[in-house]
Amino acid sequence: MFDFHGYGPSIFQGAILTIEIAFLSLFLAVSLGLLGAIAKISKNRLANAIATAYTTLIRGVPDLVLMLLIFFGGQMLMNSFTDMLYDRFEIDIFININEFIAGVVTIGFIFGAYMAETFRGAFQSVDNGQIEAGKAYGMSQSQIFRRIMFPQMMRHALPGLGNNWMVLLKTTALVSIIGLADMVRLASEAAKAVHEPFTFFIPVAAVYLMLTAVSEIVMKRLEIRYSAGVVKG
Amino acid sequence: MGEATPLIVKDIHKTFNDLEVLKGISLEAQKGDVISMIGSSGSGKSTFLRCINLLETPTSGEIIVHGENIDFKVDKRGERVPANNKQVEAMRSRLSMVFQGFNMWSHMTIMENIIEAPVNVLGKPKKEAMEHAKELLNKVGIYERRDYYPSQMSGGQQQRAAIARALAMEPEVMLFDEPTSALDPELVGEVLKVMRSLAEEGRTMVVVTHEMAFARDVSNQVIFLHQGKIEEQGHPSKVFENPDSERMKQFLAPKY
Repeated sequence: MFDFHGYGPSIFQGAILTIEIAFLSLFLAVSLGLLGAIAKISKNRLANAIATAYTTLIRGVPDLVLMLLIFFGGQMLMNSFTDMLYDRFEIDIFININEFIAGVVTIGFIFGAYMAETFRGAFQSVDNGQIEAGKAYGMSQSQIFRRIMFPQMMRHALPGLGNNWMVLLKTTALVSIIGLADMVRLASEAAKAVHEPFTFFIPVAAVYLMLTAVSEIVMKRLEIRYSAGVVKG
Repeated sequence: MGEATPLIVKDIHKTFNDLEVLKGISLEAQKGDVISMIGSSGSGKSTFLRCINLLETPTSGEIIVHGENIDFKVDKRGERVPANNKQVEAMRSRLSMVFQGFNMWSHMTIMENIIEAPVNVLGKPKKEAMEHAKELLNKVGIYERRDYYPSQMSGGQQQRAAIARALAMEPEVMLFDEPTSALDPELVGEVLKVMRSLAEEGRTMVVVTHEMAFARDVSNQVIFLHQGKIEEQGHPSKVFENPDSERMKQFLAPKY
């Protein structure tokens, strides 16, 4: 069907990298999103201000610009920091910002902001009476969060979470600009080399489609699980 | 020294912004007491009940559960708050509350609802908690529904399940916040029947209610609140048959 001119294995490696970046970023994004949402609904003014600055900044700047900023700007900041360490304390270290980590951190940070908004809305839709019942039975804050708020919030968060995940998955293609050999970059190099764009880009598109299709099935399952006890009507 | 009094509440005041909704209310529940709190909407009776287990923090006043005085402090914003969360949690686990809106945890089955706090708060073994839950479900008459979710049950059944959940904590005092007010009239009876049987067992209960027949027939003490103050208090025979207060007379008078 497709003749990959020997590029097949390396593009497959690229697909693995794409999946790795996607999952690690998702983990970071969900963690940051939960923290951001909790900070946004908390009464602590400082936490609130930090979370608001975070979501406003990240959601207001294009993903591409952020990625360039974190990768190139981050390296410069790191360099001046290590220079300072050397000048002041004669500590001689060199920290190299790894493309893989930069990619995961950037995507995780960007989507953490979207997740924070998704989770915030979901937390607020949990009925206060459910939380009061937890308090009235002597549960601690963390028990109320784990046993009541989180499972009830997830039902409301899942549709938005699934949406964010799919956009995140496709955003991983951006890491090719900071030099990571993901599926898109490798396919594009191969396509240029042998002048056959369709041969390489159609399979790449198919891989993304397959990943998102599987994700939809998983999301459906999760939605059913977190809808236990909800009357549909 | 006998056993400590289950619940003493002294001179509770509560102010929301500038509005004083409770103007010094005290109550003492001895073991086996059934105290009904009655009064028109806005008289402060629900707020008072919520102050007892600190779902609202009283602006001033004392709460003493089984001889233990709840500690308060003033926070950075100058508001009075409980000083020790652990103490509050321990206190709440001894006073179970039954809510007007049931508040059964919607993502758990009835059985899971009932064993939740005994297992996770009191640290009871799960098996033991389930055995106890079965007994309680039989007692409130919904054993067959133990694997249902709250949303699959009628309001009356949910409230009976909520009472079983409260009993599962083996509480010192049970607090009822208008337990029948959200129910269809034909479902009120089944819940009152369960509550009456609890009273007959000698459970200590504080009940905020609009059910005058329950207050009159089941409780041994009635407190009539009006505009945040105790207007009339005493044995139901006295409060209902021969009240001193003009307000209480008006409250009892036929409305149509």
